Amino acid sequence: MRILLSNASPDPIYEQILRQVRAQILSGDLKEGQALPSIRKLAQNLQISVITTKRAYDELEREGLIDTVAGKGTFVASPNLDFLQEKRIAAVEARLREAVREAEAAGLSAEDLKQMLDLLLEPDHA
Amino acid sequence: MPEPLLRLRGLTKRYRAFTLQEASLDLPPGSLMGLLGPNGAGKTTLLKAILGLVRLDAGTLTFQGRDLAQHGAELRRRIAFVPDTPAFQPGARLATLKEAHAPFYPGFDETRWKGLMADFGLDPRRKAQELSLGQRTRFALTLALAQDWDLLVLDEPTTGLDPVFRRELLQRFSEALDERRAILFSTHITSDLEDRADFVTFVRDGQVVLSDTQEAIKGRWGVVKGGLDLLDEPVRRAFKGLRETPHGFEALTDNLPGTRAHFGEQALVERPSLEDLLVLLGRKAHA
Repeated sequence: MRILLSNASPDPIYEQILRQVRAQILSGDLKEGQALPSIRKLAQNLQISVITTKRAYDELEREGLIDTVAGKGTFVASPNLDFLQEKRIAAVEARLREAVREAEAAGLSAEDLKQMLDLLLEPDHA
Repeated sequence: MPEPLLRLRGLTKRYRAFTLQEASLDLPPGSLMGLLGPNGAGKTTLLKAILGLVRLDAGTLTFQGRDLAQHGAELRRRIAFVPDTPAFQPGARLATLKEAHAPFYPGFDETRWKGLMADFGLDPRRKAQELSLGQRTRFALTLALAQDWDLLVLDEPTTGLDPVFRRELLQRFSEALDERRAILFSTHITSDLEDRADFVTFVRDGQVVLSDTQEAIKGRWGVVKGGLDLLDEPVRRAFKGLRETPHGFEALTDNLPGTRAHFGEQALVERPSLEDLLVLLGRKAHA
């Protein structure tokens, strides 16, 4: 599990951990059943508070990405494909929303934007 | 949250020129708490109160659910302490000093002590007077860390230590923690605690002005920077600390989301570092 924390980032530390672990689970770099370091061990390794690592793990657990088995440890959960798909759709939607905002700021019309998207969707444009 | 390992309520100590005023805090087991404050804020008095080294005018101290005033002699064997300027009998060898210290602490681990001495580059045959301040602190650390402690209290342990050793020491602290132990240490080197300390307690002018998890503090508090035109009376009153220059102001808020919403793009609202908090907390505007 690879985690790089930035002091320069405006994002809270727990969110940086959350995002990086989530990305590695969704991409398959972290596989189902794989053990994650304990909350205390991770805090030690990253030299941060256990409360921060706990918050990140709690959130990952709520998202169904990891499971904690009392007395055994924390593991990557079996993938919930619907959930993953939903996550991906949400991510695409968020990026599109960002693009729309940017387009509005640049004074592009809805038509301009659609044309741009069509162009990007052309098969030889990858 | 588990029952606190250490609980302070209304600790008050009056000196002629200084008063520690109704200091309260909770330290849960499993956590590292940093005690931050400018020189003379009352950090040492507070720590000494925990150690039973000052006679309190008011307040209660509870350790592992029991009253420290009544069971101090027994309970304090579970507390290890490193003072800010450790003083040892000058002519004595380090091994002799250890012999004098260990019997007071059941569970003192000789093997671990020897290991720590080697790790910290100290020779047991040396005499206390031959040591530099940094080496004296290291020696005091070997005695404390070899104890079988539940609470480790350190008064500015990193002052006088080089950055390399400081890092190692902090790593040792987090490795030593488990679910029943806690560490409380005072410092004015905020980088020792930044993101690492589970709890942070700010002391200023003899008062505990803020004590919470670092997560909660950084989620709620913010540094606001903006032009002087934004400062009206209600805004000034809402800030918890304010510094003005001819070019703008820098202030503290304990309502990060609300402040972001209020100023929008007009002001810069950032997550605070512990240093921001230490410097700005309680700092009032010069009108």
